[in-house]
Amino acid sequence: MIETSQLTKRYGDFTAVDGISFRVEPGQVLGFLGPNGAGKSTTMKMIAGFLAPSSGSARVCGHDVESAPLDAKRNLGYLPEGAPSYGEMTPRGFLEFIADARGLAADVRRRRIDDVIGRLQLEGVLAQPIDTLSKGFKRRVGLAQAILHDPPVLVLDEPTDGLDPNQKHEVRTLINAMAHDKTIVISTHILEEVHAVCTRAVIIARGRLLADATPAELEARSRYHGAVSLTASNAGAAREALARVADIESIEIDPQDKRITAFPRKGRLIFNAVSEALKAQNVAVSELQLEAGRLDEVFRSITTAAQEARA
Amino acid sequence: MSAIRTVFRRELASYFATPVAYVFIVIFLLLAGALSFYLGGFYERGQADLQPFFSFHPWLYLFLVPAVSMRLWAEERKSGSIELLLTLPLTMAQAVVGKFLAAWAFIGIALALTFPMWITVNYLGSPDNGVILASYLGSLLMAGAFLAIGACLSAATRNQVIAFILTVVVCFLFLLAGYPLVLDFFRAFAPQGLVDAIAGLSFFNHFSAISKGVIDLRDLLYFALTIAAWLYANAIVIDLKKAD
Repeated sequence: MIETSQLTKRYGDFTAVDGISFRVEPGQVLGFLGPNGAGKSTTMKMIAGFLAPSSGSARVCGHDVESAPLDAKRNLGYLPEGAPSYGEMTPRGFLEFIADARGLAADVRRRRIDDVIGRLQLEGVLAQPIDTLSKGFKRRVGLAQAILHDPPVLVLDEPTDGLDPNQKHEVRTLINAMAHDKTIVISTHILEEVHAVCTRAVIIARGRLLADATPAELEARSRYHGAVSLTASNAGAAREALARVADIESIEIDPQDKRITAFPRKGRLIFNAVSEALKAQNVAVSELQLEAGRLDEVFRSITTAAQEARA
Repeated sequence: MSAIRTVFRRELASYFATPVAYVFIVIFLLLAGALSFYLGGFYERGQADLQPFFSFHPWLYLFLVPAVSMRLWAEERKSGSIELLLTLPLTMAQAVVGKFLAAWAFIGIALALTFPMWITVNYLGSPDNGVILASYLGSLLMAGAFLAIGACLSAATRNQVIAFILTVVVCFLFLLAGYPLVLDFFRAFAPQGLVDAIAGLSFFNHFSAISKGVIDLRDLLYFALTIAAWLYANAIVIDLKKAD
């Protein structure tokens, strides 16, 4: 369990994190979204006990990160931004060091190290200095270090940054596999990741928490939510057919691929009406899709609104 | 205690993972030997002791210890691994002491490898081995004091070159605190009591006292307190600077 209350970090006049409060329970994967410099990493550093909050508090499994730092750190696995490690060490030496620093008993130590090596597929690089590894392997070594002691709480700062699509998929599978009994917070600016792994997402910009909802709820805020997109060979006929559907508020055509999107009036469902209208007019469509909403658009509208409010 | 040992082991091993350790040890041994034979007049003096060998240690350490200490924290800050280290379940004191002891042990290894000097002088004559042992102890303590200064200044920057230069300058001042170069500057404005206090901080005076074979508790205490004070400052500097 992670709980923050009015967590704030100031550097002189600059407020990097401004009164952020949230709570994450076991079984939840919380995604931190926000533009670069929004305060995501600073928030994570405070939860991990690296930076002291200027005011407010953070608790990991009930242990305050300031008054009981060691208990909080024992319950936490942390992947810092950029997945730093000791470059001259080999992954095996590095994991052994982390295991010792975490005080794992000899029998557990062996088993856990073998387990994370298998999960993150590090077998092939165990004896190479970490400095000589590719970015993807470095990130995986960092992840291995974070989950080595099987902590109840995980804080992962951009766990998939620098990985290729296959590796991203593997890491997301790994996070999903751990999600059922752990409390996990990840930061990302890859929005598809929110769908793939997060049960909840918060949007942070300029140090403030602007939204806290499930990915589906966030999408529902999109103007695309409930819209219908289609691609027709005869665009003119398609537009004519759509004009007959009463609940359509407006129609937009993508200038590049000529894809047509019809937006419903507020609260109306138009998918069935659209498909019947097209059928009735005998318009051939190669693709017809009900839009759930576009996270990138929601993300943009929330974060830019915050920026304009500041300016 | 086991946390200190874990940090210590990793840090000490990291010296030997790169050529740095071997380059350092070879240069230290070459310089220590060359200085005692050529500048110190080891043979010409006609005395079976290691005084010419130990008298150059302060100057050797002035440049070689900062080279060891400069990476201690600057490197951690630069690579970001400091964030990893300080979010492991160990205290700041354990991290600071573990890393310091590793660097100190490393210099201790280099110092121990000068044992052929000791064998040579025993072969040539019959020196007072008690004095030699005391000198080794004094030399090691002085290295520790240099190192504590270097560790603290290394935490103040992420640039190793700056850490090196700052450490050399500060160590130089401490080394010569008992000499006119430093004291004349303070005499200009400070009361006599303060000037005497500064003179009492000189590494040279305390080291030469021990290396005469007189192990005075005050000299040992002086080095122990110097090390403790700089390591305490080291922890404070890390806390202040880790955010940037």
